[in-house]
Amino acid sequence: MVLFQISEPGETKLQRQHHLAVGIDLGTTNSLVATVRDGDAQTMVDAQGNHHCPSVVRYFADSAPVVGQAAKDAAYQDPLNTIASAKRLLGRGVADIETTANKLPYEFSKADCGMPFIQTVAGDISPVTVSADILKTLMRQAEADLGGELDGVVITVPAYFDDAQRQATKDAARLAGLKVLRLLNEPTAAAVAYGLDSGSEGVHVVYDFGGGTFDVSILRFSRGVFEVMATAGDSALGGDDVDRVLAEWMMAEAGLSGEIEHSHLRRIIGEANCAKEALTIADSVSFSIDNSEGEKWQGTLSRTDFEALIESLIMRTLRPCRRALRDAGLTVGDIQDVVMVGGSTRIPRVRECVAEFFEREPMVDIDPDKVVAVGAAIQADILVGNQPGDEMLLLDVIPLSLGLETMGGLIEKLVPRNTTIPVVRAQEFTTFKDGQTAMSIHVLQGERELVADSRSLARFELRGIPPMNAGAARIRVTFQVDADGLLSVSAKELTSGVESRIEIKPSYGLSDGEVEKMLADSLLYAEDDVKKRRLHEQVVDSARLIEGVEAALHMDADGMLTNKECLTIKAALVALKEKQQGEEIALIKAAHDKLERATSDFAARRMDIHINEALSGKLLDQIID
Amino acid sequence: MGITLTESAAKHINGYLEARGKGVGLRLGVKTSGCSGYAYVFEVADEIEKDDVVIENFGVKVIVDPKSLLYLDGTELDYTREGLNEGFKFNNPNVADTCGCGESFTV
Repeated sequence: MVLFQISEPGETKLQRQHHLAVGIDLGTTNSLVATVRDGDAQTMVDAQGNHHCPSVVRYFADSAPVVGQAAKDAAYQDPLNTIASAKRLLGRGVADIETTANKLPYEFSKADCGMPFIQTVAGDISPVTVSADILKTLMRQAEADLGGELDGVVITVPAYFDDAQRQATKDAARLAGLKVLRLLNEPTAAAVAYGLDSGSEGVHVVYDFGGGTFDVSILRFSRGVFEVMATAGDSALGGDDVDRVLAEWMMAEAGLSGEIEHSHLRRIIGEANCAKEALTIADSVSFSIDNSEGEKWQGTLSRTDFEALIESLIMRTLRPCRRALRDAGLTVGDIQDVVMVGGSTRIPRVRECVAEFFEREPMVDIDPDKVVAVGAAIQADILVGNQPGDEMLLLDVIPLSLGLETMGGLIEKLVPRNTTIPVVRAQEFTTFKDGQTAMSIHVLQGERELVADSRSLARFELRGIPPMNAGAARIRVTFQVDADGLLSVSAKELTSGVESRIEIKPSYGLSDGEVEKMLADSLLYAEDDVKKRRLHEQVVDSARLIEGVEAALHMDADGMLTNKECLTIKAALVALKEKQQGEEIALIKAAHDKLERATSDFAARRMDIHINEALSGKLLDQIID
Repeated sequence: MGITLTESAAKHINGYLEARGKGVGLRLGVKTSGCSGYAYVFEVADEIEKDDVVIENFGVKVIVDPKSLLYLDGTELDYTREGLNEGFKFNNPNVADTCGCGESFTV
């Protein structure tokens, strides 16, 4: 049953009139907007008839920013004020992007709020502002086309986007003046575009080979819910790499070598791009580029040669596919459909390789550049209320369990993974010590049992608990996740009514000191950082082992170990410490395992001896007590 | 013939009117629209029309045009919280069926 709010006189909304809603694919390289017209979802064009808008914004000192193709064309004249790929920075803190930022040609200012700002002639610009400017352009394009104000939008985000990145996307939309109905995972949008949400239950793969990034996602559709089972990818692999490989080959053929002018290289890359697109249909293509003497050099490229050139790039996309399957615990046989997304999936050889790998023909009927926007538009149309019936609401689930830290560094999970959202869950906790007046609440995300292995989302404190005996206070902790997957947590002591709460906000929550602390504590989960995260986990794990072994040696080496054993353990210990300094996870892991093996007898011996000590000479009652 | 408010609904309506600073009461009505035929009108009233029926509950004037009253007679208006949402709820005995979204109904 729907709940009503009071309206102003004459403003009660007439139901069932057609609401204007669009889906927006806010991409790293290009963005698109689509809408459902007469039951058919289609992308919308700008005044020049282009479907896609390059995600590039150029800022000026004294006039409004320029978005899209015009900005992209100016990137080489005005690199510092022309921002591309802002999506890679969205929702990241300064510390998080240091590695990425080094590769970007922008000047970052070290703002004290922890959020990266890009220095331009128009002042310091945040990635959120850049995204908002792109969204504004798309919004104006859509409103001009539809002839009215938009009632709501669905914006797609990569499945691996974390809370901070999602919140940043929402904030960008708010800044642009858009009402976000829902953030939708990009692979889910693609699956919706193909109508997989009305089909049978099963596991689907979304293979997204775009201009600058490659992502593969494994989705499970069951009981009306798409669950992201695994994602993998390569954030620096895309159609641009194909162009580059091709351009290098052309240069070698034409005898061009060494340093060539930037504009010349750009023309060659442009030629390579045309050749690539032509080879989607043609068996061979002729091209001409300027050689070092400035003369036209004619050449031809056959599809077979082209395929040989890019074979290694295609193979690089299959590795993440294998990894995603392994992470999801699936084999190729479990996959029902493979959905192709991204312009690079037009290359026939890519389709062949994917078909071979997954042992089935991939779905390619919908334009791979538009499929995500189309899916978002379909979802927007449903959410805004243009579709009869309520069965079609696509539900999302939370990808990782949410919980909080309890004594001993363990996690108590309040909201298990795959719970459909929105959701509210509460649980009561109590104090641990007599007279305890405060409780620290540490919000975590993850499937593992130990806090050290999970992702820390936030910490806050509940103060002013009246002093009571341990276990007497009743503290009710409530987790609430809204439809976009954003979390807020509150804690309330029930006897006194004292209350404290926190919203999990991203790095740029400028006003909120707690948020910055959270960011500092948090480990980013995005794909670029997975490796870093694993390394960190391994280092933490090994540090714990080192500490344990050192303490044990200190206490019990004399008497329990022979000289030789002691030396072996110490050697393994030193080896692990050395490897800890490096960044090779495999090496650290190997040294870690070696130390564990070297100490396993010692550990068993210690355990036996200490238990004997503890038990000897005591009555059974004393021990049990 | 009548419409009743729960105390909680009246409290929220009064609160809204006070915050707004003007308005004589709450206008309830029915419009033809929606997938199931009718939809509720639920808004503040700045004036009372000639034919309107005014029903007072807990100090709140509920203003209904006579035609709408036919569809609303016996309705109880409540204020509740459901999950993450809170708002007003129509308990209308005349409703035979509501549409999927719940915003419109048949009688």
